[in-house]
Amino acid sequence: MAGARGRRPVAVVSFAQSPQIRREDHRNEVEMLMPVVGEVFSNIGVTKDDMGFICSGSADYLVGAPFSFVTALDAVGVWPPRRESHVEMDGAFALYEAWTMLQAGDADTALVYCFGRSSPGQLDKLLALQLDPYYLTPLWPDPVALAALQAQALIDAGKATEADFAEIAARSRRDALANPAAQVKHDRSADELMKDDYVVAPLRRHALPPITDGAAAIVLAAGDRARDLVERPAWITGIDHRIETHALGARDLTTSSSTRIAAEQAGLGEAPVDVAELHAPFASQELILREALGLGEGVSVNPSGGALAANAMMVAGLIRIGEAANAVRAGRSRRAVAHATSGPCLQQNLVCVLEAP
Amino acid sequence: MTDPVSIMDSPIHLDYQFTAGLAQSRFLKGLTEGRFLGQRCPKCGKVYVPPRGSCPTDGVPTTDEVELGNTGTVTTYCVVNVPFQGQSIEIPYICAQILLDGANLAFMGLIQEVPADQVRMGMRVEAVWLPREQWGPTMASVKYFRPNGEPDADYDTYKEYL
Repeated sequence: MAGARGRRPVAVVSFAQSPQIRREDHRNEVEMLMPVVGEVFSNIGVTKDDMGFICSGSADYLVGAPFSFVTALDAVGVWPPRRESHVEMDGAFALYEAWTMLQAGDADTALVYCFGRSSPGQLDKLLALQLDPYYLTPLWPDPVALAALQAQALIDAGKATEADFAEIAARSRRDALANPAAQVKHDRSADELMKDDYVVAPLRRHALPPITDGAAAIVLAAGDRARDLVERPAWITGIDHRIETHALGARDLTTSSSTRIAAEQAGLGEAPVDVAELHAPFASQELILREALGLGEGVSVNPSGGALAANAMMVAGLIRIGEAANAVRAGRSRRAVAHATSGPCLQQNLVCVLEAP
Repeated sequence: MTDPVSIMDSPIHLDYQFTAGLAQSRFLKGLTEGRFLGQRCPKCGKVYVPPRGSCPTDGVPTTDEVELGNTGTVTTYCVVNVPFQGQSIEIPYICAQILLDGANLAFMGLIQEVPADQVRMGMRVEAVWLPREQWGPTMASVKYFRPNGEPDADYDTYKEYL
């Protein structure tokens, strides 16, 4: 394995997502996934029988259903038995596993899918369960409070102002107007958004991501198989995933060294990018990611609206890769970067560089 | 020196709103009317009850609704001899996989009105429902299954569903 660069060319050849909505009231996970899996296949005229590997990302805690990731396979149909795997993470990390499988030459194609219903449970409490179980979880710090600590640290370091957060939120939700799958979209100025109340200071309502239910899927293909399937594959020229310490107090929350290292490993700085799809659930986090990735002013950041427009847990990261790949495949981008995160305050970060042929 | 801490309490309680899904909602509503409602796969023709909205073999939506009857076959079973907290039935009792006639998926049910040592694979059974006014969107609408007196089913008819 040649590190994060890969020896074998692997590309995103198809992407599909469900409408990202506040609450999926009637359909269960399987019923949500089926149309998405159907679309990701029909986009390129393949079936499940053409897939050499299947990898999914989801978290059973979200709906409180043990082994919901196993029953979710009913949406694909895995008979005769398939090579299949799952990560209890965002679909972006499932894509990383599938990419590795294709690198190893064990398959030429892979289906990656993910689903997340954030609405049925108590998301604020649930996300506290991923923290240190002895010193942090018993205090039940919710994700907004933790992001607010990070945002305050940014302000104290002179790296951001509250108005910067409002600008990011205004731009993201305005761009989301062109995204039919987005959940929160509007054309409101940053000045207007600054009138929002604080949820947890210094974060006002607009700087928070929505609670979202949704699903998404991607098909990966290697080498000639990718060229056979589509005219313009979005080649993954680098992908890497880095994790920072569990101990929040031991981190400098104003920077993201894991993002920076992942970007270096993925070769991001070797050529300019024109589109960046960043998984920054909180507006303040976009500033940290921009710096860690070294993105200049000329880069179009989150033209889809990003996670501020829709943030289905376990899904929003894979959507970033799908949106970046679509930009490359449609000719809107020559070279794009997609990013996915997990854990509190950008603890884990994945960077994926996509290029046109 | 004080004793090291070896145990700490960290209670966790989470509440959820459960979504049964479109297909299972049909099934649960059927139970309120004393009916077993399944769904058929348009591709392989298999009938799933309770339905989950998809064919797990083909991965396609199961849209055809199928009403099944009250009779079925015990495909396999176990005798429960172990008491546990909250047990509502006297031991020993029988927990069985029951394949309704016309279905391609067995589900779990209680077998009663027969001594435990007389239950067997292939035994023909029928559902005994609660009184009509107690029917609700729950499998508890069915009190249990009991032998219906028919000769045992041929092994070949249920060997796929053990």
